[in-house]
Amino acid sequence: MPNIQLNLVGLSKNDYRGAQTTLCAGCGHNSISNQIIAAAYELNIVPEDVIKLSGIGCSSKSPAYFLNRSFGFNSLHGRMPSVATGAMFGDHTLRALAVSGDGDTTNIGMGQFKHIMRRNAPMVYIVENNGVYGLTKGQFSATAEMGLRLKYQGVNHYFPVDVVQEAMASGATFVARSFAGDANQVKALIKAGLSHNGLAIIDIISPCVTFNNNDDSRHSYGWGREHQEPLHDFTYVPREQEIQLGEFPEGTTRQVEMHDGSTIVLKKLDRDYDPTSRAAAMRVIEESQNEEVLLTGLIYVDTERPSLTDIYELPQGRALNRMTDAELRPGKDMIEKANAMMF
Amino acid sequence: MTTPQVQEAKASQRKAVVNDFSMTVATMNGSGSQTSNVTLLRALFKMGIPVSGKNLFPSNIQGLPTWYTIRVSKDGYLARRETHEVVVAMNPDTFVADLASVAPGGAFFYGDHLKFEINRDDISVHSFPAKLLAKESGAPANLRDYVANMAYVGVLAHMLDIDMDKIREALEYHFDGKEKPIALNMGVIDAAFAWSTANLKKTDPYRVEPMDKTSGFIMADGNTAGALGAIFGGVQFVAWYPITPASSFAEAISQNISAFRDKEGQDGKTYAIVQAEDELAAIGMTVGAGWSGLRSVTSTSGPGISLMTEFAGLAYYAEIPVVVWDVQRVGPSTGLPTRTSQGDILSTHFLGHGDTQQILMIPGSAQECFEFGWRSFDISERMQTPVFVMSDLDLGMNQWMTKPFEYPEQPMDRGKILWEKDLEALKEPWMRYKDVDGDGVPYRTAPGNRAPQSAWFARGTGHDESAKYSERADHWEANMDRLVRKYETASQYVPGPVLQTRAGAKIGVIAYGSADPAILEAGDYLAADGLATDYLRLRAVPFTDEVRDFIASHDKTYVVEMNRDGQMHKLLLLEYPEMAAKLSSLVKYDGLPLSALWVKESLQAEEQK
Ligand SMILES: Cc1ncc(C[n+]2csc(CCOP(=O)(O)OP(=O)(O)O)c2C)c(N)n1
Ligand code: SF4
Repeated sequence: MPNIQLNLVGLSKNDYRGAQTTLCAGCGHNSISNQIIAAAYELNIVPEDVIKLSGIGCSSKSPAYFLNRSFGFNSLHGRMPSVATGAMFGDHTLRALAVSGDGDTTNIGMGQFKHIMRRNAPMVYIVENNGVYGLTKGQFSATAEMGLRLKYQGVNHYFPVDVVQEAMASGATFVARSFAGDANQVKALIKAGLSHNGLAIIDIISPCVTFNNNDDSRHSYGWGREHQEPLHDFTYVPREQEIQLGEFPEGTTRQVEMHDGSTIVLKKLDRDYDPTSRAAAMRVIEESQNEEVLLTGLIYVDTERPSLTDIYELPQGRALNRMTDAELRPGKDMIEKANAMMF
Repeated sequence: MTTPQVQEAKASQRKAVVNDFSMTVATMNGSGSQTSNVTLLRALFKMGIPVSGKNLFPSNIQGLPTWYTIRVSKDGYLARRETHEVVVAMNPDTFVADLASVAPGGAFFYGDHLKFEINRDDISVHSFPAKLLAKESGAPANLRDYVANMAYVGVLAHMLDIDMDKIREALEYHFDGKEKPIALNMGVIDAAFAWSTANLKKTDPYRVEPMDKTSGFIMADGNTAGALGAIFGGVQFVAWYPITPASSFAEAISQNISAFRDKEGQDGKTYAIVQAEDELAAIGMTVGAGWSGLRSVTSTSGPGISLMTEFAGLAYYAEIPVVVWDVQRVGPSTGLPTRTSQGDILSTHFLGHGDTQQILMIPGSAQECFEFGWRSFDISERMQTPVFVMSDLDLGMNQWMTKPFEYPEQPMDRGKILWEKDLEALKEPWMRYKDVDGDGVPYRTAPGNRAPQSAWFARGTGHDESAKYSERADHWEANMDRLVRKYETASQYVPGPVLQTRAGAKIGVIAYGSADPAILEAGDYLAADGLATDYLRLRAVPFTDEVRDFIASHDKTYVVEMNRDGQMHKLLLLEYPEMAAKLSSLVKYDGLPLSALWVKESLQAEEQK
């Protein structure tokens, strides 16, 4: 018998897995799913105590690929935050974990995204940010950088949306960014997010292997790629290696080559950076923009603000969805009161 | 019990007309006239006279014309009437039209600050010094404009014989017993009463007399009634976005729920109410809450219903219970936002894309709004599907004389929901979408259920019986067929129609919702004219067998409704194509509540064709 390691709640890592992924091999989203599994396992979370939610997109499919034993809801494009908000009231002792894409969140879902932050719903909200629409095959998303050229789209003329800045502007109480290939950091941030009482936004740059379906994808691919355009069917997408960063110390900068040959520069926050200062957070975000680097790490956290469910005075440790008829229906004598209220 | 007829005789030759006329007050929106109007309405109601009040208000906050019509009917008819026998004009912008609107032989009252030529000698005309009376009543200068409208209450009280004690009673109710505003308003009414006693001479025939036809009734609006019904139905979650004429539904839940549901010793609230950022979010939240096992409701009107389309399809397909309270108004688009309509029937029944059939419940009175407030939860949980309650502006926002609310005697029907113990007791493994009982309704579990294997993954994409992703053609078809079976099952649970029959009737009338009083009244007039009709009031879609039987057993059935395209007529044609020749459509879509006269005359005209 293989030696299966159990965590404090007596579960093996297997108990945290989901269905076999159907995303492209090499997709950054898969790396993130793996870190969600690891984080939940290491935090000794009982999967039954978690609800998982998502919108629509490749990224939003991923809740099917982790935490099989949790209730899940793959909802509508861009409208996951509202479903999550309502769902949280069913049993407010559960934790919520949501996955969305950059298209899902910053395009169609921008409104709901901003409002769930305003409400500080107690939930980990991961944006799997690849700068494109994966599931509909490679259109620009609102986080795509200005000047980016895609084969069928031409040049992106618009200024990108920065998830972290939007989160800060909307009063999110936990704001972080990471890179899918930085497994340790992703896991650490998910663990921190799961321990936060409020909305934890984690913007994770998550490379899309079909990103290469564009004009400047000539260099740095295997020869097969050039012979297989247009890349209209995922079955033609060759297997790519997931980008893995390995050891990446705090305070340092790292250049990462993406699947399309472009590079991004990641900078990890210093160890002595104080994420509880809003002013400092705004400053480092501004600086990183000027330096054209993507700042990673826990950028801001506010542990004081009550979460959405805190302000509703719900029963202590008891779920609304377990209420009995007697608790929910006013007594028979109350009908007189109702009629007396009328004229 | 005869059709209202225009009075031709000279004033001096006329007999008194007691408790049978319609009076209209024309004011400006935002001028505080609502208090005066409901005071009149309530005072008459307390005198035992059947009344109905209809507010015709503009879509703005201040300044545009608004009319309030009170129908006084000894026969108990509550529908809007076409004629106005008593008219009060307080708004210069509509003065000329208001004067022209008085039925010959009627009475016209106006504030003397309005300087217009009076060009009619077939009616009684009186002016009164509204502003002066407000001043003389001792009202402080800064409040005089607000209470000046009370002057017409005093004038009408004198001229129509309305009981002043009942007026006081109405004010006490309105101001919740607060003596200061009661005294302030009563002061103006008293001053106006005294002034008109000294200065006005009655020459018109219209007056009221106490009777005893309102005992056993209450006055309520449909939105408040529905809200209270939801509270008695154990509502646990409300998410909503403001829209006229639906806002007061959610607001009434907010205002009242704690008085009914917060109990001594309870360790927390049993409900949560969220004002969403828009209708997309409002229904999204209610769907999330429904999925997580809560009795969950959102309220909206046509424009919001459109925005809710995608979620409605998801909830239908993922089989999530949720109640949507639709207070209909005139569309398409912004349309006539403060006028009434029954125009969301087709779009809501098919709300979603692809093959959707949504359940509609259609209340026809304020009492029924209360009942459907709780029953809609029972049905949506029993059927695990959205239920749309189709109210409308007239029913929702106007005051109705209605039977008192009745306590829901049967226990709450939470439907086929399984908790840990239930799952343990099962012999077969549980499968989310398996039709175990052959009624199309599967068993569900909700988040928080810790039993192994209780979790399932809700999705809008194709799935098999165990809720697993599937694009297999046979899985898809089997599931869609089960949804049809489930919809058929629903007809056993939805409220059946209400029937009114007359001996020998060969003609049927089908109507629904706030059309009810006009149909009832028109039926009497038609019978008096020698045409007996039976009447079936629909209360839900899917239709029940009684509907088929009704159409089958009549030579011809008119479907009367308040939308241009005869939407319910079309639904009936779809359901009973074999009886298409027996069904005719009669529609009115001017945004005004239906009148009996129109129903009677249009039906007679059709019959003569
Ligand atoms: C209302 C609606 N509009 C459009 C779509 C089509 N659609 C599906 S996924 C998607 C984009 C997803 O992009 P993103 O959120 O960035 O996720 P990714 O696939 O890149 O992970 C779109 C536009 C839809 N499903 N629903
Ligand atoms: S298309 Fe892109 S985002 Fe979608 S699964 Fe493939 S690699 Fe991931």
